[in-house]
Amino acid sequence: MVVQRNMLTPGWEDFPHGADVGIRGWGPTLEQAFEQAALALTGVLTDADIENRTSVEVECDAPDVEVLFVEWLNAIIYEMAVRNMIFGAFKVTINGLHLRGTMWGEPVDQTKHAPACEPKGATYTALRVSQGADGTWSAECIIDV
Amino acid sequence: MDLSRFTRIDPTTWQIEPTGAMRVPGVIYADETLIRDMDEKVYEQTANVAMLPGVVKAVYVMPDAHWGYGFPIGGVAAFDADEGGVISAGGVGFDVSCGVRTMLTGLKAADIKPVQKELVDSLYQQVPVGLGSKGAIVLDPEEMDAMLTGGARWAIARGWGETRDLDRIEEHGQMAGADPSCVSDRAKERQRREMGTLGSGNHYLEVQAVTEIFDQEAAGAYGLKPDDVVVTIHCGSRGLGHQIGTEYLREMLAAAAAAGIALPDRELACTPIKSEVGQRYLGAMRAATNCALANREIIGHYARKVFGHFFPKAELTLLFDVSHNTCKVEAHKTDGASKPIYVHRKGATRAFGPGHPDLPEALRNVGQPVLIGGSMGTGSYVLAGAAGSEDLSFASACHGAGRAMSRHAALRAWSGRQIIKDLANRGILIRSPSVRGVAEEAPGAYKDVGAVVMAAEEAGLARRVARLRPLVCIKG
Repeated sequence: MVVQRNMLTPGWEDFPHGADVGIRGWGPTLEQAFEQAALALTGVLTDADIENRTSVEVECDAPDVEVLFVEWLNAIIYEMAVRNMIFGAFKVTINGLHLRGTMWGEPVDQTKHAPACEPKGATYTALRVSQGADGTWSAECIIDV
Repeated sequence: MDLSRFTRIDPTTWQIEPTGAMRVPGVIYADETLIRDMDEKVYEQTANVAMLPGVVKAVYVMPDAHWGYGFPIGGVAAFDADEGGVISAGGVGFDVSCGVRTMLTGLKAADIKPVQKELVDSLYQQVPVGLGSKGAIVLDPEEMDAMLTGGARWAIARGWGETRDLDRIEEHGQMAGADPSCVSDRAKERQRREMGTLGSGNHYLEVQAVTEIFDQEAAGAYGLKPDDVVVTIHCGSRGLGHQIGTEYLREMLAAAAAAGIALPDRELACTPIKSEVGQRYLGAMRAATNCALANREIIGHYARKVFGHFFPKAELTLLFDVSHNTCKVEAHKTDGASKPIYVHRKGATRAFGPGHPDLPEALRNVGQPVLIGGSMGTGSYVLAGAAGSEDLSFASACHGAGRAMSRHAALRAWSGRQIIKDLANRGILIRSPSVRGVAEEAPGAYKDVGAVVMAAEEAGLARRVARLRPLVCIKG
């Protein structure tokens, strides 16, 4: 799904890569850009609605904010894999280079969610976390699926 | 791609001359149409790999290449540990030891026809596919470690496979040097319930029929005749391999900086082979290789069970099992003398030529089977490693058709439902948990597999033995 990009409000989109898929989230804060990118990750898997039945909390650290973004996405991918869940809502707080995230979702239901693929990991390819001249934060990278 | 940037050596060999920080040339094998259609990123990534320390001779790129992570998909690069050579988690890939196996069934295409629908439904029920699927096998910590050191041999000892398969699997089904203590608890947790699952993306299980034989002698040695039915499985080391790739990629970022290696791209994160991290990654990557070998052996066993139900007299015998995301220590001639080097193959298949001592006797005269997965609609190929591949590409060949179009573009171009219907009209039955996934893997999203294997043959990497058409496809 590609949404109209309006920098004033948080949003997300996916973008093409030769074999896989890129995800991009943006918003007025770094945290919102990370949250939106997480929604883009879910959007790679399914177009279905996701009920926020259970929450999972994660923490990550990294040497810089771009690696922190990859760590955040990989934390989501890990929780999806071991809990057999899919997540539809995210909340992020970042202090320095320490991230605390909460995600809400439900067990994967192949009939309801019909997941198009299974993410293997977030990569450093086309990795970019930046703040534009208008103050909007944007975070993006390629997901290996 | 802009062809003026290459030195054209012959119709299928295109050289990137070493400039700037490149230590060796890059060599792309492709015909003019294939290379023209390749992304400029393939050029850039090939040149980047050629800058890494200890890289030997040249970086080779196969005709199915496309934009990857750090390495191009379809890239082959070897490193000399004694010359400061590196190992790269990105150069192996997230799906460690992802590969293909093909099993002969002794059946003919006409035997499948009357039970085709029941067969596809049974296979779909037996083999867990896609996100959210879990296998029937749950591993406790002891069994996990036994699997990580035992590979296919472990699976066979547990009753999921046949001992005679081992001769037809790379490393005889068990990768030496695997060290489960180098695999994190998180990686093991991710694998606990994933043995015998197919995964998703481009992974599949297909029932195929031989439609054309190109090389009678090799086809005879491989046991392939026109209209013969085979089962082909494409998958890898599942969550365990993905987690190992993820964790070591990050660790190698720091390790590369500590070793003073300038990375042209962070995804090329690497570490000297002779370093603590390098040795630990080797232990983990080899354990993940065993996971992939065990996984394909188990799925092969499931296929045997299903075929046994429909065809009680059918015997499924393994033609070969090859991996195409690997780093292996192999002896190759680099400066005249043969020496052990660390050969990374990222989306490329080992392709030993005739006479190679590692091949089982029945295959030695004709060379190693190279299994090329096409797309759902167009079919697949069996090739044989060519004698010249040793000098041309460290004995490597292509691994698939290679994507010509992104998932994004495929999704816009096709409807999954329509593809399933069109293929059914052509006698090909598809089962998948996701119609969107089918659209992303649409036949038209891939390069022309025929052109890819023809280029591999003309370049002298491998020669065509047989073409296979799909009858049934289980898609993750």
